[in-house]
Amino acid sequence: MALNEEVEALRAIPLFQRIEASRLRLLAFTSERVRFEPDDLVVREGDIGDAAYIVLEGRAEVLVKTPQGPLRVAELGRNDIIGEIAILIDVPRTATVRATEAVTALRISKELFFRLVEEFPQMAVEIMRELAQRLDRTTADLREARAQLAAG
Amino acid sequence: MEKTIYGFVFRHSLRQQFVLLALTVVSFPVLYVFYEVPKIIIDDALSGDKSPRMLFGVELELYPYLAVLCLTFLVLVLANGAFKFNINTGKGRLGERLLRRLRYNLYSRLLRFPLPVFKRVGQGEIIPMVTQEVEPLGGFMGDALAQPVYQFGILVTIAAFMLIQEPFLGLAAIALYPFQMYAIPKLQRKVNALAKQRVQYVRRLSDRIGESISTIEAVHADDGSNRLRADIAERLGGIYDVRYEIFRRKFFIKFLNNFLAQLTPFFFYSIGGYLVIEGQLSIGALVAVLAAHKDMSAPWKELLAYYQQQADARIKYDQVVQQFDPPGMIEESLQVEEAEALPQIGPDSRLAFENAAYAEDEISQPVRSATFSVGLGEHVAIVGPSGGGKEELGLLAARLATVTGGRAHLDGRALAELPQAVFGRQAAYVGPNASLFNASLGENLLFGLRHRPLRPADAGPEEAARREARAAEARRSGNSDADFGADWVDYDAAGAGPGQEMVRRMVEVLAAVGLDEDLYTLGLRGVLDPEAHAGLAERVLEARAALRSRLDAPGAAAPIEPFDADAYNVNATVAENLLFGAPIGPAFAVANLAGHPFVRSVLAEAGLLDRLEGVGLQVAKIMVELFADIDPGHELFQQYSFIEADDLPDFRAIAARADRLGLAGLEAEERERLLGLPFLLIPERHRLGLIDDEVRADLLTARRLFRERLPEADRASVEFFDAGRYTARASLQDNILFGRIRHGQAHGAARVSALLADVIDEVGIREAVMEAGLAFEVGIAGSRLTQTQRQKLAFARALLKRPALLVVNMATAGVERVAREMLFLAVRTAMEGRGVIWVLEAPELAEGFSRTVMVEEGRTVEDGGYEALKEAGGPFARLLRQ
Repeated sequence: MALNEEVEALRAIPLFQRIEASRLRLLAFTSERVRFEPDDLVVREGDIGDAAYIVLEGRAEVLVKTPQGPLRVAELGRNDIIGEIAILIDVPRTATVRATEAVTALRISKELFFRLVEEFPQMAVEIMRELAQRLDRTTADLREARAQLAAG
Repeated sequence: MEKTIYGFVFRHSLRQQFVLLALTVVSFPVLYVFYEVPKIIIDDALSGDKSPRMLFGVELELYPYLAVLCLTFLVLVLANGAFKFNINTGKGRLGERLLRRLRYNLYSRLLRFPLPVFKRVGQGEIIPMVTQEVEPLGGFMGDALAQPVYQFGILVTIAAFMLIQEPFLGLAAIALYPFQMYAIPKLQRKVNALAKQRVQYVRRLSDRIGESISTIEAVHADDGSNRLRADIAERLGGIYDVRYEIFRRKFFIKFLNNFLAQLTPFFFYSIGGYLVIEGQLSIGALVAVLAAHKDMSAPWKELLAYYQQQADARIKYDQVVQQFDPPGMIEESLQVEEAEALPQIGPDSRLAFENAAYAEDEISQPVRSATFSVGLGEHVAIVGPSGGGKEELGLLAARLATVTGGRAHLDGRALAELPQAVFGRQAAYVGPNASLFNASLGENLLFGLRHRPLRPADAGPEEAARREARAAEARRSGNSDADFGADWVDYDAAGAGPGQEMVRRMVEVLAAVGLDEDLYTLGLRGVLDPEAHAGLAERVLEARAALRSRLDAPGAAAPIEPFDADAYNVNATVAENLLFGAPIGPAFAVANLAGHPFVRSVLAEAGLLDRLEGVGLQVAKIMVELFADIDPGHELFQQYSFIEADDLPDFRAIAARADRLGLAGLEAEERERLLGLPFLLIPERHRLGLIDDEVRADLLTARRLFRERLPEADRASVEFFDAGRYTARASLQDNILFGRIRHGQAHGAARVSALLADVIDEVGIREAVMEAGLAFEVGIAGSRLTQTQRQKLAFARALLKRPALLVVNMATAGVERVAREMLFLAVRTAMEGRGVIWVLEAPELAEGFSRTVMVEEGRTVEDGGYEALKEAGGPFARLLRQ
């Protein structure tokens, strides 16, 4: 059934990796499955985000504004997550994502996500753990970069 | 209102009471004879002497004599019963009329209370007084005169009968009455006092419960529920104590009464027995006296009961009347009576306050000395720190409160002496919280135009006669005989004629205050009766066709999946796919489908019954798994679960049994519940993969069978979808779409609204859509609208009657900023050249008003143009800087 496929996609996302399967099923069931046509914008840089998207099918490109026009910085595909920061805090989208072919994605709204976290605090702990790891990696990267700068 | 219940009863029903009394008195001789006849039968006819008897000068043989006596007895039984019947219904009717009058008076007085009363008195106290507490008074008022006289008369008649038969026995029978008459009321008084206490306790209890409901947010937010529980428990305890005490005393009185009543026969048997043995008393007389005594206890009890009721009713009446007589009530003549000619307010009128003061009670005096005047062609802002008296000044200006000192007048006439209709029809008021009724948006708008019936309702002669009869009965009870069903709308005030013209005007006004978009959206969801709107159905069908041609245009992926009689719609529910129509009434409502025998037979024939039950079982299992540990009150449940939180344990049990026994091992009722679940499934939305191609194909077969075999009796319960016909039961939006919005299309909903707006404008039915929005039910106190929408609606209501003066009192505090700016502009433009007094929540909003009045500590301290006051550096400038 389609729901299982979505649960698998969620499980592949580091942010959701440690969360129990039954919770992920609920998250998938209560989320909306959305289809974008080629050239549709999934998110637009500068908009306030209210949802994250998990790509189930199709490909999309990540574009950032530069003085020389949009610059393509990455390409996304199956099981990639788009705009996950938006479901945690209110920040403007940092990039534009455009579907390059027909994209099917699972839309996880901030509202829904918070309601689930409210209901299952364990989820919050798992997400915190994941974010802390990221912070740790970023800090390490920063330290390394500084060291390189100092050395260079 | 009359000070005592007897005053009330006699003032309003003296004549009827005497009619009843006369009827009662006439019944006594009949009653006397009724007791006399059995004695003649026993003592004379059955005495053993078989010689002929004389009856009214006619000689009769013994048997005919007996027959005549028995027949007379029968006639007397009937006559007696007829008297009782007529007296009782007469009393009932009289009581009900008086009760109706009393309730009406109380409610009518409630409408005349000065506003501050409602700060002190809770709804929970007032409502039960008018509804339940006065109920027993009705019975008593019908009884007020006739009952004691009637019962006392019976008592005297019977006593007289006994005294004439045998003085000794008669005396014995009534010997204990003086003692009872002395002792019982004494005991009863204490019970009455307790009952009074109980009434107050219960009133406060209901007030407390009402308060808990209105403050429920704070109760949850502050975890205060247990404190409230303790409070209620304490109050219930108080009621219990009083109640228990009442029981003890009441039943003691009963015991005493019964004992005394049984004591009398003791005298009969002893004294009467002795006299019969001695031959001084005939046995017939003794039997008759015994029978009479048995009948005597009933009226005696009734008399005592009447006495208790009377004490009770007097207390209750006093209590209620006191509550409904607060100081400062609006004069009846100013509110109820229709004045011949109302003073007119126009742009040249002037509203002036001189040293006006306003005190709510001894302690609070929000306005101490206000002096200012407003020409009703200018727009004046009133500003000041909150709590400084500006809000109360707004109430005074709208004549919602009356000055308690100084002067307030309109064109030289004191405001307090003006009928309410002067301001009520020519001025308008918008306060901080819109007062909305639980009715449609349109009804709420029209409230400001409905002051008195202007045109009689269109009704046939039969209906008119019925209404007239009702009005006549209303007059008998002093109620209003104005026809609620008549047309009350003052079209002249709105400047629009009846019918469509008025509807257009309402839409216009709503658009002016910025509710047009909301009205349009609500209208799309609304249901319009095509019969009442000629040509609408055709145009909606045109819009449907126009939409279809846009959808069929190449290139665009359609955001809508149209209904097709031969195709399964994966964006619609299983129920919609089966019926392929809109249910009318409960028969084919989704919740009832699984139990409907015809639906079951159709599903069985299509071979779907078992399979859908199987699907239901899977849905149940999934729901049980997904929602097992979600808090039942959680929104997730309400929004996403197929199963109500309360039913989840049942379905868990059913799923477990099905695992053990298989589907076939379940009870019929359990299988029916499972069958109910799949009807809600929308394959594209729920993505559970349970409605596969095979099921879809069979559902199409079932759809065909359903339509072909639908029994005649059920024809009226469903309206089938038809691409060429308007579905009267469906909303306007559904009628135009004639399909379902596809789930899972990015920006699908936005594209659908754009498409809809496009075709609606193309065929020109935007107005009809908005009109449908007027039928939107706003909910209790407008709860289905947002705060901003509610305030906008209040402004629209005010503008609709084109008032000569508009008083706005802190009405935009809860309104979003953008909407507030728009409202200021719209309202002030609409009121150009007429008077506006606007009490503002912030001083900077006064910019643009022709004058600003500054109020501080209950005094008007500054009055002038915005810029001038800003420059002056006085209190206004200081407030502005804060």
